[in-house]
Amino acid sequence: MKTLVLIVNRLIWFFPTVLGLLAIVFFISHVIPADPAAFVAGENATPETIAAIRARLGLDQPLHIQFVRYIEAILEGDMGRSIFTGRPVAEDLMSRLPATLELTLVTIVVASLIGIPLGVVSALKRNSWLDHALRVVTIAGLAIASFWFAILLQLLFSMRLGITPLSGRIEGWGPEPITGFYVIDALILWDMEILWDALHHMILPVATLALPAAATIVRFTRAGVLNALESNYVLYETAMGYPRRLVIWKYVLRNALIGTVTQIGLIFGILLAGAVVVEAVFDWPGLGLFAVNAILSSDYNAVMGFTLIAGTMFIVVNLVVDILQGMIDPRETR
Amino acid sequence: MRRVLRKLAEDRAAMLGLALIVLLVLAAIFAPWLSTHPGDVAEFHTARRLSPPGPENWLGTDRMGSDIYSRLLFGARITITIAVTAITIAVIIGVPIGLVAGYYEGLGSDLLMRVSDIFLAVPQIVLAIAIAQTLGPSIENVILALSATYWPFWARLVYAETRSIKNEPFVEAAIALGCSPLRVMVLHILPSISSSIIVRTTIGMGGTILTAATLGFLGLGPPPPTPEWGRTIAESREFLPMAWWYAAFPGLAIFMVVMGFNLLGDGLRDVLDPRLRRAGQHGK
Repeated sequence: MKTLVLIVNRLIWFFPTVLGLLAIVFFISHVIPADPAAFVAGENATPETIAAIRARLGLDQPLHIQFVRYIEAILEGDMGRSIFTGRPVAEDLMSRLPATLELTLVTIVVASLIGIPLGVVSALKRNSWLDHALRVVTIAGLAIASFWFAILLQLLFSMRLGITPLSGRIEGWGPEPITGFYVIDALILWDMEILWDALHHMILPVATLALPAAATIVRFTRAGVLNALESNYVLYETAMGYPRRLVIWKYVLRNALIGTVTQIGLIFGILLAGAVVVEAVFDWPGLGLFAVNAILSSDYNAVMGFTLIAGTMFIVVNLVVDILQGMIDPRETR
Repeated sequence: MRRVLRKLAEDRAAMLGLALIVLLVLAAIFAPWLSTHPGDVAEFHTARRLSPPGPENWLGTDRMGSDIYSRLLFGARITITIAVTAITIAVIIGVPIGLVAGYYEGLGSDLLMRVSDIFLAVPQIVLAIAIAQTLGPSIENVILALSATYWPFWARLVYAETRSIKNEPFVEAAIALGCSPLRVMVLHILPSISSSIIVRTTIGMGGTILTAATLGFLGLGPPPPTPEWGRTIAESREFLPMAWWYAAFPGLAIFMVVMGFNLLGDGLRDVLDPRLRRAGQHGK
């Protein structure tokens, strides 16, 4: 019951937030430009095309009517057509979604496997040389421009050493998409060659994205563990003479890691933003590469569609994390 | 204040950060004198294109034969201009909104905070891309895109801090003595929350510089021949693996500067705001 209240509570805020996102994108695409129709039509459009688009989009109507129409269109899944591919933007985005999700999900797993243990060790051995070294490494990891790091990795591992593929998601055309996630598809087909090839192509992009993500996880885990270590319940349990190992495993880590798990939402945002440039560098055929190509070819509908999709995904993930946190943390549902 | 500075001076990491920032500022101010080829921001020497680092061109030359070292120095000016202006605008918008929304309670305050929440609900770079794409590539538009996406961070922070101290005795005393709301906000609340604002602003500088470089890399920054660091890296990709210096040094410059702000911000936070442990979200 309490969980249900929590979910409803969070959902109530979900819709105004998405509406707000729509309003921002509408403002950027319809109010800022002097002639939105010219933007949608692209650089080489004739005046007739622009006029036709203006009439079709209802740009001669008052703004509030335009906004209602805009929301109606989005709800029907109509984000306009891409000038670059000539297909509906919504379709293009959906076909590229699995590639980006696969990349970000693998990255989150890798970053957690590296970041959580390092964060715990860093906190338990506070002010040791390891803690200081990790402080510098994590700050550095968050200071590197991911596009530059990606290029350096390519330069070293693909161009000089030749041990990783330079770019792309797979050799050749890849398997006929079942789920669109190559790793899962390869497992369904039980084709180890495809699986190996897909994983091989993932190494560098995942490494690039995982660096800032792991750095963030290390810092949050460290802070969480330190907080738990200084709490009254740990003091109590230590005073009761519980073995240190038991206190740490059973009480400190369990409480500290709840905090880390809830940071996944934030990290997902970092990854989604990072995917834009990382996909561009590695030619990874996901949403990010689509967005960059759209920017380069002034494909206006496509850029706005990407903004909308990325924003919505971010909001949804945060909603899920919020609800999960509420379910895990009894203080939230009280 | 002196105690804070002394504690900060003991933090070697923070001092390294400060040194990196000072280096950036000096490079930007003295770019015409420090550079070996001051004209190379616009001039090219095709005979010398893509020559490796050496005595003539310390960090090598780019595809036009222009000196990379000199262009990096002038690029520092662009970086500082963009980051300082964008952050200043974001602070000027965000802080008053946070103060007012935190001081008064009611529908208006809720609405203001909801609006900033919505802005925070979209990854900054994504929003900045959309705005910069609409406005077109120029230095002013990058600044506009960045300040439009970053102000909510200050609004949120100042709002939370104002809410947490507005029932403190010293604020109530000021109100009881008949101070106007404006006076209470500016002279009593603002000074006591300034340390959080300073910390957030220092770390925000690093994030803004990264985002600005990313916009440049994507071709949404100031147009060529501007020696913007991100754009330089984008240009260099065609000439890899041969001309490694072309990509390596601009990225190193970005890294050093962002690292500088992050280190200093981290140290400042430890000294000024012990409540906020080093959990931080840099690069946002």
